[in-house]
Amino acid sequence: MKYSDEYRDPGVARRLVDAITQAAKKRFSVMEFCGGHTHAIMRFGIRQALSSHVDLLSGPGCPVCVTANADIDAAIALAERPGITVATFGDMVRVPGSRSSLQEARSRGADVQVVYSALDAVNMAAADGDRSMVMLGIGFETTAPTIAASVKQAQAMGLCNYYVYSMHKLTPPAMKAILGAGEIKVDAVLGPGHVTSITGWKAWDFLPRAHGIPCAVSGFEPTDILSAILAIAESLNEPAAQRRVSNTYARGVTAEGNSVAKRLMADVFEMAPALWRGLGELPGSGLDLGPEYAAYDAKRVFEIGDLETTTADARGCRCSQVLRGLIAPPECPLFRHGCNPAHPIGPCMVSGEGACSAYYRYGGALD
Amino acid sequence: MADYEKTVQLGHGSGGTMSHEIVQQVFLKHLRDPLLLALEDGAVLDDQRWLEPSDGRIAFTTDSYVVRPLVFPGGDIGKLAVCGTVNDLAMRGAIPRFMSVGYILEEGLSLQTLDRVVASMAQTAQAAGVRIVTGDTKVVDRGSADGVFINTAGIGTVPSGIEISATRAVAGDVILVSGAMGDHGLTIMTQREGLMFGGSLQSDCRPLASLVQVMLRCCPDIHVLRDPTRGGLASALNEVAEQSNVGIEINELAVPVHDAVRAASELLGLDPLYVANEGKLMAIVPDKHAQRVLGAMREHPDGAEAAVIGRVVASNPGRVVVETLLGTRRIVDMLAGEQLPRIC
Repeated sequence: MKYSDEYRDPGVARRLVDAITQAAKKRFSVMEFCGGHTHAIMRFGIRQALSSHVDLLSGPGCPVCVTANADIDAAIALAERPGITVATFGDMVRVPGSRSSLQEARSRGADVQVVYSALDAVNMAAADGDRSMVMLGIGFETTAPTIAASVKQAQAMGLCNYYVYSMHKLTPPAMKAILGAGEIKVDAVLGPGHVTSITGWKAWDFLPRAHGIPCAVSGFEPTDILSAILAIAESLNEPAAQRRVSNTYARGVTAEGNSVAKRLMADVFEMAPALWRGLGELPGSGLDLGPEYAAYDAKRVFEIGDLETTTADARGCRCSQVLRGLIAPPECPLFRHGCNPAHPIGPCMVSGEGACSAYYRYGGALD
Repeated sequence: MADYEKTVQLGHGSGGTMSHEIVQQVFLKHLRDPLLLALEDGAVLDDQRWLEPSDGRIAFTTDSYVVRPLVFPGGDIGKLAVCGTVNDLAMRGAIPRFMSVGYILEEGLSLQTLDRVVASMAQTAQAAGVRIVTGDTKVVDRGSADGVFINTAGIGTVPSGIEISATRAVAGDVILVSGAMGDHGLTIMTQREGLMFGGSLQSDCRPLASLVQVMLRCCPDIHVLRDPTRGGLASALNEVAEQSNVGIEINELAVPVHDAVRAASELLGLDPLYVANEGKLMAIVPDKHAQRVLGAMREHPDGAEAAVIGRVVASNPGRVVVETLLGTRRIVDMLAGEQLPRIC
């Protein structure tokens, strides 16, 4: 698989940097929604290469980072109950909730299993009919279809012990909330390539239409990101009325997206309000299991009750501001001073897609 | 054999007749060193010829091996244990001579698996020229271990004039690797999680002592050798930068990575610079010998994909700096925490 070499050509990349600096009439800011973009931007030195013309702001696009304490607390409460196994994707286990993380709960005896696919959790449920398997549904439009498929699979297998605790979130409402709050100046948005491969690029039409700002949907290789930023720089030179969504990730993204995945999501889930770390509760920004699938909905089946929980970050942690693009990770007083990937205080340092983790790993200061 | 006899039983660790059986039927079937076959409480290394051509310096190492799955493409825990021990000795320039091996077996382990593990230990030790001269076995209750845990110790002799240490890197030295990074770690991770990448991923698990001796013959003044196991190349380079108090600059594009590993890393959100290797080394050598060492490595089957990846510098002491494809520079930190695959 040599798929990525052509997108990492140093000559092409450097020519794109030159083209961006020539197209930029004045300094502009771009919010990269997706944590995967933040990671690639730091890893390939793009932020540094464009620093004289472009401010790149990290957005809320890290599913683990935006998970609210209340949801983590609920997952821990479930995992601590006898007879229940909580299954989750990897980096979620380390994220601190109000008091502890799933990983800490596991060390105290709670049953927490890391899986790479929700179908593994379905198979584990099938293999042990005496245990209730609760899969944590975490992620944006990219992972939601796979969780939906797991519910359909459990149904087809006639399983009565597979459940989903959905914390799924939708990306456009979060972007709207950030722009609506008006806390920061965002001149353009780098659209998340993986999410948009499901939703289709029309999902971002509201950016030029309602906010007059361009959006370029981007892949994750260096020349993908640079091509998208070039499209943004050129679009900013046009009158606001002519700005639109550019799709610079045509090898993965279409206007309408993945209709099979969208149907699957619409079948299993329904839109619901969701609580985001940093952004609070946003209407229509989450996905819960629909009434037809109530028997698989951990929120309905298990009385979780009122937990003593908090929406506040850990003391001194400024993840909520990092997630809104208000500060860059090094501006948090805990960054590198008590908070690092081995001992993370906030979720943005835990997840590989978190902005703090990307800045920590790739953004060390040079003499 | 009755069915119940095909797995390891607690009685196999009792010291009685069942212990005797497993020693005879599994361990001594493959491990045939005369010092071991004597079944004494310890091996007496009374023949002094093994000390040559050392000036009397003896390298001594220990390591423990826990890996799941026990058998993986390119090796198994037995091969891994021998390679790990031999390589730790080789990274000090030593010629591996003797090993001990202690097995902790979980009740219920298939005897067929154990047989395979012991057989591959014997083969790998023979290939690496190291003698397994003493051993031990314990059996623990089901659930108290994960199949097999192996602990080893190794003894090697350091030839005269060889001074290899992580403290010896100096500005101007050239940094080489013996081949592609990340094969072992990605293979284990994908096997463990049942992820398939067309079967092209294979552990690089191999003994490196022979390659090291070839390198030392053309440049006895190799400054540093490291096998980038857990934490990967990035962590090994950081350790050297810190211990030698020098800066290290590498060119990311020059670090060899197999296509399958690159593809799997991208998919999982991992960086091959941080992924474990079990059959690769990183060497830091004086500039004037670099090309000769590189040539010698490439002629050896265990170094065919060797490459120069960077340089030791005086600036940014204690730091590893990588040049990106945009010509910008960033710090490569030591691995912090563990590498976990991403969600989206």
